[in-house]
Amino acid sequence: MPTSTQTFNPRRLVGIHAERVTDVSSTDYPGHYPGEDHSWSLDKFRENLTVKVQRLSQRSIDFDIVGVDASIANAFRRIMIAEVPTVCIESVYVWDNTSVIVDEVLAHRIGLVPLNIDPSLIAMKSGPHDTPTDRNTIIFKIDITCSRNPSAPKGSTEPRELYINSELLSSHLVWAPAGEQDEVFAGKPPAPTNPNIVLAKLRPGQSISMELHAVKGVGKDHAKFSPVATASYRILPHIKIKQPIPPEHAEKFQKCFSPGVIKIDPRTKQVSVDEVNVRNDTVSREVLRHPEFADKVELSRVRDYFLFNVESEGPYTPERLLPEAIKVMREKLAVIKKSAEALRDRATDGDVVMAE
Amino acid sequence: MSSETPDKLKILKSSPDLSAATYQIHDESHTIGNSLRWMLMKNPKVEFCGYSVPHPSENVINVRIQMYDNLSSLDALITALDDLDKLCETVEDQYLESLRAQEYETWDEKS
Repeated sequence: MPTSTQTFNPRRLVGIHAERVTDVSSTDYPGHYPGEDHSWSLDKFRENLTVKVQRLSQRSIDFDIVGVDASIANAFRRIMIAEVPTVCIESVYVWDNTSVIVDEVLAHRIGLVPLNIDPSLIAMKSGPHDTPTDRNTIIFKIDITCSRNPSAPKGSTEPRELYINSELLSSHLVWAPAGEQDEVFAGKPPAPTNPNIVLAKLRPGQSISMELHAVKGVGKDHAKFSPVATASYRILPHIKIKQPIPPEHAEKFQKCFSPGVIKIDPRTKQVSVDEVNVRNDTVSREVLRHPEFADKVELSRVRDYFLFNVESEGPYTPERLLPEAIKVMREKLAVIKKSAEALRDRATDGDVVMAE
Repeated sequence: MSSETPDKLKILKSSPDLSAATYQIHDESHTIGNSLRWMLMKNPKVEFCGYSVPHPSENVINVRIQMYDNLSSLDALITALDDLDKLCETVEDQYLESLRAQEYETWDEKS
């Protein structure tokens, strides 16, 4: 009665053993298996590909991409983290800062605040010395002074009751529209996504006055530009029970896996793998530590079955992140293709240009 | 070329017929390097393909392509770029289709 959830072609499995992993690399290349054709075919790819959204919330998304190579899945993940643009505060002009936080530390903190600005509405500055315009820069202002609260309750020790403006919060950033920005951002005025971030604490007499310039950038330049909190994937765990597990060991067997992964038939005490919940297994290999189970089970992961989890932090809704990443990837490919074709045109003219 | 805007693509070392060549791609990393390498290796006319990031503080990757039958590695590179683009398009289409089908669980996440 060897049971497993789904059956996968053994070539798709990465072996998970007590002390090692095996068959890590994919083998579906032309020439790897004699007499088999593994050359690229879009039709075959389309046939094998499954993309399915599993869970969605306001801040995160879980989706599966099945049938792509790790290099492709990894490219999407890397682009979501480092190359999908967002808008963040990049320059801070301090007119006055008498708080206990020094200018550069406060400026750094302000830079990290996620903003709700749709990056497609503004242009990227070509460099740090490019002139700021209403097309590429969004200005915020901070003007805040802390003072005593004359109507504070007697005997109170709470700073927020004793003083007015005892904290500089992200909600104190005031957008200063320039040029045509009033119309462009009419639907959604630029502001921090979270109004409750404490940026500095103030006491009576201290004040902060600053001008903040937000620009468009990418995560590879500075992590504050990354549109995601996390973007990660796991590959699908696969558990094969090769020999029946004795009923008296059923519960112990179940406890070797993450909750919900192993089902026990209430009547026969027969164990089986839950087809839907296998994905939640951590593949801890605990089961292989027990000699009574070690030969009865085979652990593996499916090499081309990617379970993505992406948490959005910033202006993009979570379901928009993958399409944005794919857009960036295709733009990159188009740029390289253009220069490759230019190179080919020059080469056919008879001058192969070799650098160095 | 001026030193301000380096070429996106340079040929470093190659045979005169371009059947074996190393391409240096400026401002790219493992993201493009590894996926391009994979797509080139899916081409049966490619004898060898590999890529490297020569140094972490240099913003370039080197892609080495060697072809069978003295074919042009530049043609293979362009084909691979085209195929990768179609792959991306296919993944996006299926993703958007799955999103439209709305067969997913929605839940409320507190921020």
